[in-house]
Amino acid sequence: MRKVAVIGVGMIKVDHHWKESIRSLFTKAAINALEDAGNPDIDALYVGNMSAGQFNKQENLAPMLADALGLESKPSLRVEEGCSSGSAALYMALKDVASGMHDFVLVGGVEKMMDTATNDATFIISTVTDQEYEAFTGLSLAGINAMVMRLYMNKFGVKRESFAKFVVQMHENASKNPYAQFPFKISLDKALNSAPVAEPIHLMDCAPIGDGAAALVICPAEKAKDFTSDQVDIIGAWKASDTFLFHMRKDFLSMKATIEASRNAYEMANITPEDVDVAEVHDSFSIAGILAIEDLGFARKGEGWIAVEEGLISPDGETPVNPSGGLKARGHPIGATGIYQAAEIVLQLRGDAGKRQVPDARIGITHNTSGFGTSAIVHVFKAE
Amino acid sequence: MSPSNLWREIPQRYRLEAAFCPKCLTTYFPPRELCTECGSRELEKKKLPTRGKLVTYTVIHTPPKGFELYAPYIVGLIKLEDGTHLTAQITDADPDKLDLDVDVEAVIRKVKENGRDGPIYYGYKFRPILNANGAPERKC
Ligand SMILES: [Zn+2]
Repeated sequence: MRKVAVIGVGMIKVDHHWKESIRSLFTKAAINALEDAGNPDIDALYVGNMSAGQFNKQENLAPMLADALGLESKPSLRVEEGCSSGSAALYMALKDVASGMHDFVLVGGVEKMMDTATNDATFIISTVTDQEYEAFTGLSLAGINAMVMRLYMNKFGVKRESFAKFVVQMHENASKNPYAQFPFKISLDKALNSAPVAEPIHLMDCAPIGDGAAALVICPAEKAKDFTSDQVDIIGAWKASDTFLFHMRKDFLSMKATIEASRNAYEMANITPEDVDVAEVHDSFSIAGILAIEDLGFARKGEGWIAVEEGLISPDGETPVNPSGGLKARGHPIGATGIYQAAEIVLQLRGDAGKRQVPDARIGITHNTSGFGTSAIVHVFKAE
Repeated sequence: MSPSNLWREIPQRYRLEAAFCPKCLTTYFPPRELCTECGSRELEKKKLPTRGKLVTYTVIHTPPKGFELYAPYIVGLIKLEDGTHLTAQITDADPDKLDLDVDVEAVIRKVKENGRDGPIYYGYKFRPILNANGAPERKC
């Protein structure tokens, strides 16, 4: 396999982009990435997207977006893996370049969610769960996370305040991120007291709905030097999954897919969790953020909330988590999220993250899940 | 959802029919074609017990489309007497009096309607088993 580098990143601020279509949103992010990379000739396009068919009544996305970029004569593919569609697209693009099939590959993610009403969006998101035995009962994705949160609080003696502190930290991080949907700080009181969504989960525990697109340009590491002096390599990647039905799990308090994906990605990269200088993790709900901190190896099981309270995951802590603000405050345009995470890590490792730059970052990871840990994809990045 | 997909799930929805692996004694609900524990492809039909315990639960206030009329409602993770887990709505219960580990039993209820002309969906829900004082039972 060839070593692969990221030579360009592009992001659009996550927001309610009323004036943008899914096509224009993606194209603008792709242009940003191409310009950041120095406009190499692109050989192939990968697009991560969860559900343009449901959100926008538009399928057949890859040729549409390839055409918008003048890449209609090149191979283009859409990759769908629920909430981790962005990372899934990167996973496929990475193998494409590593295999030697293509050299310069544009990989992006897009989700245009704001054209639908909230109850429609909640339903569309719940289609990542089992339709006959989970969604049929009226269970939402928030509901599964809520059942886990209640069990976690009960088993480890944790109060909702501890989850709210994670939310406050995410907002503080996002306040320095120009691409964040919620670039402002919030008080603990506000994080704690919002409308219940699926008790014990309240609105402020949830990642928002938003429109977004992000893109990367990747190429063989040996060709990256011609385009950038700030090369970032992808040195590990793995995808794992778990029982599709949550009730079939043997352990309700961790995501086995995260444990397996990270263990294999770390092994490929020849690192341990202690080597990680910065991480972007999948905090679609505050409980999911806490579990990620544990299952990725940054804290012991049942102690992820302590890592938050002791500042271990804050930007100047031992393992800064989500300097972007995470899904919670940077935003979670579903199929684009994995690419936003990767773009953030690349900026952090290049030293280009502005006011949210974490000190001395050499190795970073992204962690993107789907459903409640039905899939997890971990990528490991390293500054050259 | 369509009438055919409603119809084909009736054995599970109305009678809690599961699959059972006689080789390694694992139960699967809903039933499946092969045993993921031992690899056997010879699974048998099994009727699940109708009583169990509530492992954890949530009170849904922001429902997915189709459930707006019923919110707030409770959905729980249940461990049946034979150790099989399943997900179901908890009915006839006061969310404020509910707790982990309460005993529950299966009942048949309407789950939702499917527009003006579509079929009405029925299926299992679970309700707390009350003691003589009318409080939820908790044997453990
Ligand atoms: Zn078996």
